[in-house]
Amino acid sequence: MLEIKGLTAAIGDKQILNGVDLVVPPGEIHAIMGPNGAGKSTLSYILSGRPGYEVTGGEASFNGHDLLEMEPEERAALGVFLAFQYPVELPGVGNANFLRTALNAQRRARGEAELDAPSFLKLARAEMKRLSMPDDMLKRNVNVGFSGGEKKRNEVLQMAILKPKLAILDETDSGLDIDALRIVSEGVNAQRGPNFSALVITHYQRLLDYIVPDRVHVLSAGRIIRSGGPELAHELEAHGYAGIVADAA
Amino acid sequence: MSAALKTTALDATAQAFLTRYAGLRARLPGSHDARDAAATRLRASGLPGPREEAWRFTHLRPITEFTFLEPLTPIEDCPRLLARLPEIDAPRLVFVDGRYRPDLSTPPEGIAVRVGGPAGEAVLAGEKLVDLNTMLGEDGAEIVVADGVDAGTLVLASLATDRDARHGAFHPRHAVSLGKGAKLTLIDVALGEGVYLNNSVLAIRVAEHAHLTHLRMQLESIRAFSFATLFADIAEGGEYDSFTLTIGARLSRNEVHANLSGPNAIAHLNAARMLRGQQHGDFTSIIRHIAPNCQSNQTVKTVLDNAARGVFQGKIEVARGAQKTDGYQMNQALLLSHDAEMNSKPQLEIYADDVKCSHGATVGEIDAEQLFYLRSRGVAHEEARAMLIRAFLAEAINGISHEAGRAAMETCLDAWWGADAA
Ligand SMILES: Nc1ncnc2c1ncn2[C@@H]1O[C@H](COP(=O)(O)OP(=O)(O)OP(=O)(O)O)[C@@H](O)[C@H]1O
Ligand SMILES: [Mg+2]
Repeated sequence: MLEIKGLTAAIGDKQILNGVDLVVPPGEIHAIMGPNGAGKSTLSYILSGRPGYEVTGGEASFNGHDLLEMEPEERAALGVFLAFQYPVELPGVGNANFLRTALNAQRRARGEAELDAPSFLKLARAEMKRLSMPDDMLKRNVNVGFSGGEKKRNEVLQMAILKPKLAILDETDSGLDIDALRIVSEGVNAQRGPNFSALVITHYQRLLDYIVPDRVHVLSAGRIIRSGGPELAHELEAHGYAGIVADAA
Repeated sequence: MSAALKTTALDATAQAFLTRYAGLRARLPGSHDARDAAATRLRASGLPGPREEAWRFTHLRPITEFTFLEPLTPIEDCPRLLARLPEIDAPRLVFVDGRYRPDLSTPPEGIAVRVGGPAGEAVLAGEKLVDLNTMLGEDGAEIVVADGVDAGTLVLASLATDRDARHGAFHPRHAVSLGKGAKLTLIDVALGEGVYLNNSVLAIRVAEHAHLTHLRMQLESIRAFSFATLFADIAEGGEYDSFTLTIGARLSRNEVHANLSGPNAIAHLNAARMLRGQQHGDFTSIIRHIAPNCQSNQTVKTVLDNAARGVFQGKIEVARGAQKTDGYQMNQALLLSHDAEMNSKPQLEIYADDVKCSHGATVGEIDAEQLFYLRSRGVAHEEARAMLIRAFLAEAINGISHEAGRAAMETCLDAWWGADAA
């Protein structure tokens, strides 16, 4: 269970999160929508431990562990995964090596046996097939020269291989073509189960037709100003944020 | 001026070498004319000093802390050092403390090898370290591959033993000559223990359409001094493809003079260096495009940790007649500490008008975004850092086509992460 209470955070002297309250019970998928610059990516970065933010108040825990006290790699080993809005290129690092190193680092941290190269390749190839990714993506350098959509797909591949307990998908749908959107959504839905929860950040209701959320939240100016069921996404699609933001003010 | 007349520590060291020469002269092999001439020049001009432009960034001062003597006759075996030689299934020529050791060597078939004295004709006379080598050089290998012969792979190893208080200086002089259309991969490894000075000279001739792959691994003792001067002449259609890994030595200078003297000749002078602690590593190259249609390529990657200092001086000269020259030089450094320092001096001297020459240099730190990306995937901080450093070097290392050689380089890199900072 992800529990965020009164979380406030700043970058330098710019306050960005202004008291975020959010609970995602195990097995649930919640969507976060909200205007550009609302703080959605900031929230997801803070949950995954990116340096550079000052948490000025509140708390965030996952399954009882205080996330804010942990190193990024410890959070990953605990099962927290962030699909980046802008995936990072790693020239000189092969995708297969990257994925296997990450998987084995997490397994080691959890006291599990490492996967040898053949078993890993088998796993990776199976997941790539499900995501309709060509095998040669394993040989290429991580995200280098990948198209926007390929990068997003590569994020979902990492999720499928690392099998997190909490996935934060930051605009994973933007840049995907119509078929890719469906394939990627199926990849996320395949993870669904009592031990998987997700925060899906998106600007488009269409994604939520594929990944049907349990709850939808609107983040604006660093706070959740409204929460509801999947129908809230349709309302936003029809009327935009203006009305809701005005109501909250 | 009185400052110029004052005897410096470096002058005293030069004087000490000259005194050794006076004592050893009668016992040194070969003709003494070249030795005497080199001694005369050294007496007049001394060792390279900080006032010389070519030595602006590299000071020889640390060598003045020691008195260097000629090595004793090797008596003991050196299993520890031999065990550190890369596992490459190839014939090898092993020198210990600068002297050829037939008992440790497996000479190649199909290649003429001569040992027992300094090899090759005089090159770069007047270069001070070359003069020092000429004056005191005792041994070396002359490796000759006949026209049209594909000689496979040969390992040339220099091992230096630790003799406690006796600090050896040795001045190997090797020569490699490839006949027309000949082929050779030379894997040149230098390693050792303790404090010593290895001042080698290697003269290379690549005849028409010959191809020399030269993989160099400088793994000298972290307390040693390593100076290597290389001269390569590449004739028409010939290719000299070198990669130098520099990990060892307290103070090192690798100086390469490559002449592209026939049309369509190619030279690759790539390098990867990893230095830390107080190490100082200098890579100086002078590439001369003498003939038209030649190509030179240089990618130098340097990783500097702690208070290490890296120097890269890369000069490309394009002679008036060397039209259609294609020269590329890229020099990139990754600083892992705020105390590390990189000094770069690229230099283009172009006298032809139809040439394509580019050079670039970057100095950077580990990218925070990349580091976080890896950590967010569960890779621990130190391992993530190591991955990114490896990634930085990958472009250079991956260019090595000789598989066993590349594997040996990678083994050295892996060992570097494991070893403690000096
Ligand atoms: N390094 C930074 N320095 C200063 N301001 C920053 C920095 N990073 C983010 N911000 C600001 O913080 C605010 C929130 O940014 P964030 O990326 O979290 O928004 P978002 O909700 O994800 O927007 P989008 O929908 O466009 O992705 C923005 O105003 C942004 O300009
Ligand atoms: Mg965002």
